[in-house]
Amino acid sequence: MEKFNILEGIAAPMPLINIDTDMLIPKQFLKTIKRTGLGENLFFEMRYDQNGNEIKDFILNKDHYSKASIIVGGANFGCGSSREHAPWALKDFGIKCIISTSFADIFFNNCFKNGILPIIVSEDLHLILLQDAEMETTSVMKIDLENQKIVRNNGDQLDFEVDEFKKYCLLNGLDDIGLTLKSADKIISFEKEYSDKFSWS
Amino acid sequence: MKIMAKSRTLYDKIWDNHLIQSENDTSLIYIDRHLVHEVTSPQAFEGLREAGRKVRAPNKTIAVPDHNVATTSDRLTNFGSEEGRIQLETLDKNARDFGIHYYAVDDIRQGIVHIIGPEQGWTLPGMTIVCGDSHTATHGAFGALAHGIGTSEVEHVLATQTLIQQKSKNMKVEVSGELGNGVTAKDITLTIIGKTGTAGGTGHVIEYCGNAIESLSMEGRMTVCNMAIEGGARAGLIAPDQKTLDYVKGRPNSPKGKNWDKAIKFWKTLFSDPDAYFDKEIFLKAEDIAPVVTWGTSPEDVLPITDFVPSPDNFQGSKVEAAKRSLEYMGLRPGQKLQDIEVDAVFIGSCTNGRIEDLREVEKIVKGKKVKSGIRAMVVPGSGLVKKQAEEEGIANSLKEAGFDWRMPGCSMCLAMNPDQLLPEERCAATSNRNFEGRQGRGGRTHLMSPAMAAAAAITGRLTDVRDI
Repeated sequence: MEKFNILEGIAAPMPLINIDTDMLIPKQFLKTIKRTGLGENLFFEMRYDQNGNEIKDFILNKDHYSKASIIVGGANFGCGSSREHAPWALKDFGIKCIISTSFADIFFNNCFKNGILPIIVSEDLHLILLQDAEMETTSVMKIDLENQKIVRNNGDQLDFEVDEFKKYCLLNGLDDIGLTLKSADKIISFEKEYSDKFSWS
Repeated sequence: MKIMAKSRTLYDKIWDNHLIQSENDTSLIYIDRHLVHEVTSPQAFEGLREAGRKVRAPNKTIAVPDHNVATTSDRLTNFGSEEGRIQLETLDKNARDFGIHYYAVDDIRQGIVHIIGPEQGWTLPGMTIVCGDSHTATHGAFGALAHGIGTSEVEHVLATQTLIQQKSKNMKVEVSGELGNGVTAKDITLTIIGKTGTAGGTGHVIEYCGNAIESLSMEGRMTVCNMAIEGGARAGLIAPDQKTLDYVKGRPNSPKGKNWDKAIKFWKTLFSDPDAYFDKEIFLKAEDIAPVVTWGTSPEDVLPITDFVPSPDNFQGSKVEAAKRSLEYMGLRPGQKLQDIEVDAVFIGSCTNGRIEDLREVEKIVKGKKVKSGIRAMVVPGSGLVKKQAEEEGIANSLKEAGFDWRMPGCSMCLAMNPDQLLPEERCAATSNRNFEGRQGRGGRTHLMSPAMAAAAAITGRLTDVRDI
């Protein structure tokens, strides 16, 4: 996995609440057996009309925001299905960070597995960042994961929280399976004891 | 001297039993059952191959194609799309290459993964069950800790039979009293989501309890737990009781003989201690629950069928804009009577409501009646065995005579990955679990409800109070 340390980029405002994984990447693109190439279909139904033409008003179709690497999104971002195609599509498009007041659990986890940093902020901070994102001139932000700071265009630094283990994995681009297999002995001994006790499992 | 353990919830107990190691807030838990389907697994198997890894516990890994399969009788040769065919073929190859349990499309036991898990006796109380599908919560009806995972986690479980987790908080939803006429498990679960919101359970595992929950059949309990995810909770749980044991007993993969005796002894310890702590508690009276439908594009947009389409002004904050957007998408105006809304299609099926009891409910409503002309009404049994049973009980005939299209098992129009889709602006009474924009087909308009309510809508051609039929 790609390492995440400092990200500086354009933040796109998407204040709509309950942005679900069907919106992020509709079902017709789940037939792929690959992880790549989903970016062009991110937000497919909001982004393209029935004839496949770009809908000009949609934020990520606007010249400036088409280069966004951050989304400031509405509450309960990523609700719905467990499809990891949603973070794959975001990543493929170039989104590396999402800031919201809340995320759906499975989506939140899936982001970290793909080098995307989801940040939970208070409603007050969210409003400030949304306003920054809405103005092209203030929409560039810096995300400093090591120091857990969001740096606004005016230089203000806002703190954010992140789970220590998830931070460590992102900073070092670590693969979970490799980490877990370091505990292989523990798994083996647990499994033995467990299958004796719960012999029907 | 024996030290008394502190009071624990059912979730705490299952968690503790599966905990391998814990550091700070990050834990490694052991997984008993890993269910796999064609859509969220190909990349995980590819990852295993690239790393030269095996499936650690093929005996605990069960695969079945369901999301993408066609529901027409020619589905062994007609896949609906080339990409779909490749995906199904990939699961077939992966299942055989890695030696996991597998129910192929032509196996009568094939069906929706969350229906066949319990049906085949893979789902047992006290287990940890995961699947790359958010509706894995369904299995919580057996007092198992069951939840959806992403594809990276699917690969992790395949390789290690463990999952890296942070423990969730405990939430209790108690429904007490007696359910009214026409009120079903689906109405309970939708009403709960309407009350708590789609993020109400985020970060929590919900335990459903109370005598109204206990009164439900296993099928009804599965319907309730299935939609825990729509309330934001990864998992929903119901403590096992005699009904649970009766359901599990004798299934192909449930314990037998001495193992059975040992298992039930343990299963009887699976309940929340009387003074266990819950971080959040919700109480509902069964008498206050009516047959409900959704009006918007979020499962929290729930109202009793006797109500009216709300105005965005009824809401606050960011929900105002969301409601405006929903009404526009759904083609509805504030103040419209819900029962005046005409439908074009009816979909009965899904992991929420594709079990035998659901089909019996539908039969009760439609037997001897006709689907209103012009309405496209489809029934998709949850598994080949559900389909067979419904055919043996005569349900299939009654439904076919009423004008329903009787299909092969699969996820079908719940997520519309296969050719079963709504057309733009087509309005559907659906027994599935999500009414998101485009969920059942681009521009399609979904109203969620119980099987009985969907059956009633098929007869009248509009959203209907099943108590009036």
